Amino acid sequence: MNIVVCVKQIPDPAEPGALDPNTKTLKRDGKLILDESDSYGVEMALQLADAAGGGEVTLVSMAPNSETSGLRTALAMGAAKSVLVSDPALSGTDALGTAKILAAAIKRVEGADLILTATESSDGYTGTVPEQIAELLGLPSITFAKSIAIDGGTVKVQRQTEAGYDECEAPLPAVVSVTAGVVEPRYPSFKGIMAAKSKPVDEVDCAALGIDPGSVGWAGGGQEIVTVEAAPAREAGEVVEDDGTGFEKIVAFLDNLKVI
Amino acid sequence: MQFTEEHDLFRRTVRDFVEREINPYADEWERQGIFPAHELFPKLGALGVLGLEYDPAYGGQGADHLYTVIYGEEMGRCTTGGVAMAVSVQTDMATPALARFGSHELKERYLAPAIRGDMVAAIAVTEPDAGSDVAGLRTRAVRDGDEWVINGTKLYITNGTQADWLCLLARTSDEGGYRGMSQIVVPTDTPGFAVSRKLDKLGQRSSDTAELSFVDMRVPVANTIGEIGQGFQQQMAQFQNERLIASYMATGQMVVAIERTIDYLKQRQAFGRPLLDNQYLAFSMAEVLAEVELLRHYNYACADAIVSGADPITVTKMASIAKLKAGRLNRVVADTCIQFHGGIGYMEETWTARFFRDSRLLSIGGGTDEVMLRILTGLEGWGKL
Repeated sequence: MNIVVCVKQIPDPAEPGALDPNTKTLKRDGKLILDESDSYGVEMALQLADAAGGGEVTLVSMAPNSETSGLRTALAMGAAKSVLVSDPALSGTDALGTAKILAAAIKRVEGADLILTATESSDGYTGTVPEQIAELLGLPSITFAKSIAIDGGTVKVQRQTEAGYDECEAPLPAVVSVTAGVVEPRYPSFKGIMAAKSKPVDEVDCAALGIDPGSVGWAGGGQEIVTVEAAPAREAGEVVEDDGTGFEKIVAFLDNLKVI
Repeated sequence: MQFTEEHDLFRRTVRDFVEREINPYADEWERQGIFPAHELFPKLGALGVLGLEYDPAYGGQGADHLYTVIYGEEMGRCTTGGVAMAVSVQTDMATPALARFGSHELKERYLAPAIRGDMVAAIAVTEPDAGSDVAGLRTRAVRDGDEWVINGTKLYITNGTQADWLCLLARTSDEGGYRGMSQIVVPTDTPGFAVSRKLDKLGQRSSDTAELSFVDMRVPVANTIGEIGQGFQQQMAQFQNERLIASYMATGQMVVAIERTIDYLKQRQAFGRPLLDNQYLAFSMAEVLAEVELLRHYNYACADAIVSGADPITVTKMASIAKLKAGRLNRVVADTCIQFHGGIGYMEETWTARFFRDSRLLSIGGGTDEVMLRILTGLEGWGKL
């Protein structure tokens, strides 16, 4: 069972982030870490490979400046190897461009039975890349997986919905996006961290992937960030004084929001 | 000193573990006066945290000392000091002598499971009549064939109610003073062992601390760590690990305490502006930050000394200085944080109250400030105290 996991390396959310005033996008020139959203896909892949009794988990990532810090975390968790796409021409790449790059990188991994992604990244939130990758690769796509099982040549997925979950299946290979929080990602152990040092990172650029640099990055972007505005300050909340009927007001408030 | 990418990854592992596996349970464990060591330790063992510098032959990681520094700093971010202390008893107080001087059989039987986290260890030195004056201890092990027959009492023993084995320091001859002591691995399921009482403490409340009694307890002489009669010297060496990890942890604790206090001072308004806009408060915080940074870099100098194989006298001197200054600074930082929080800082619901209580121990446990000063004056050769 060979599984590819798409992982994003992002600026540490614990550090104050900043926007580049010229490009109006997040500054990514510092050290990057593994997007927590992707740690669930990595864990799910490791569990599926274990359950299948073998196979490799390969990471695919796109990042500036040959950044591998986040990849090392996922390799230390147990992934076997990774493909990293890094090229100055990729600066400013939008969601569709990212999907093109990742799809091309996935093709470099031989014998991939399953491709896992997060549902969305923690710094971009477009939530569209997984389906775009599937379309570009001509593969079936299932989103929002809360559990995944492999049955022969079929992937069976419990797909999270507002009301519960759908049971979906697709022939392999397929692209499945994994909902955050559905598995407990393992911590990279000391041994895992040491082992990750020598795991291969296949770094490639656009040329190696056969992608025209003009079709990605700022040049190939189909969208442009025209303006950025600060979010409005949060309005003061409503204070309910409890005169003995406070609970009724709270119930009415929640009812009005249609959450109960 | 240079931290590598691997060091940074390991730091993240310990930090995430503390945030997810310890801090969410801190309040509960504080209330209960104990934490589940037999549940938590195997998880830490699986990550390699409990045997960082130990021999891989016994499950250790064979890591360099900088990993111990990182582990200490990150465990210091526990919101309950008791758990950090209890884990450090396992790693740097009860096991270093066994790892350094123990026989192969003894290490296989007791060190390997301690590194895995399957066994909980405790260090048993202090007695009702012998604390700072270790030479005055009375617990006695009398040889009877291939066995020690042990009688005595140990006090203030961290992990005391949960430990599977103790690293016990006892008198094994009548030579008196610093001579004639031995370190013995004592399994707590041995007949004659009893937890006399669980002690109620000012702070570190999530950690169980006990008084232990030994009555005609028989333990194989083969359980002696290292040489018979060298227990005091071996324990003095083991104390250096204890003092260094205490200082590493303290910097982690203080960095978090300063961060949290700054957050509060930014958010709390008084006289029409955030508290932090008061120069007195901002300067005072900058002052303690500067002190913590100095200590952190002194810790790194200690680590460098260990890595470069400095002689035991140098290590003893540096560990004593680090522990002394960490204990004193911890008290200043805790006092500053609680003071600048005002009334809410004095409330049990606010983290400052627990930190204030927890921080007080560092100047007492692992050798008091006064013992550190005594060691330093002795090393300097400043008269006979």
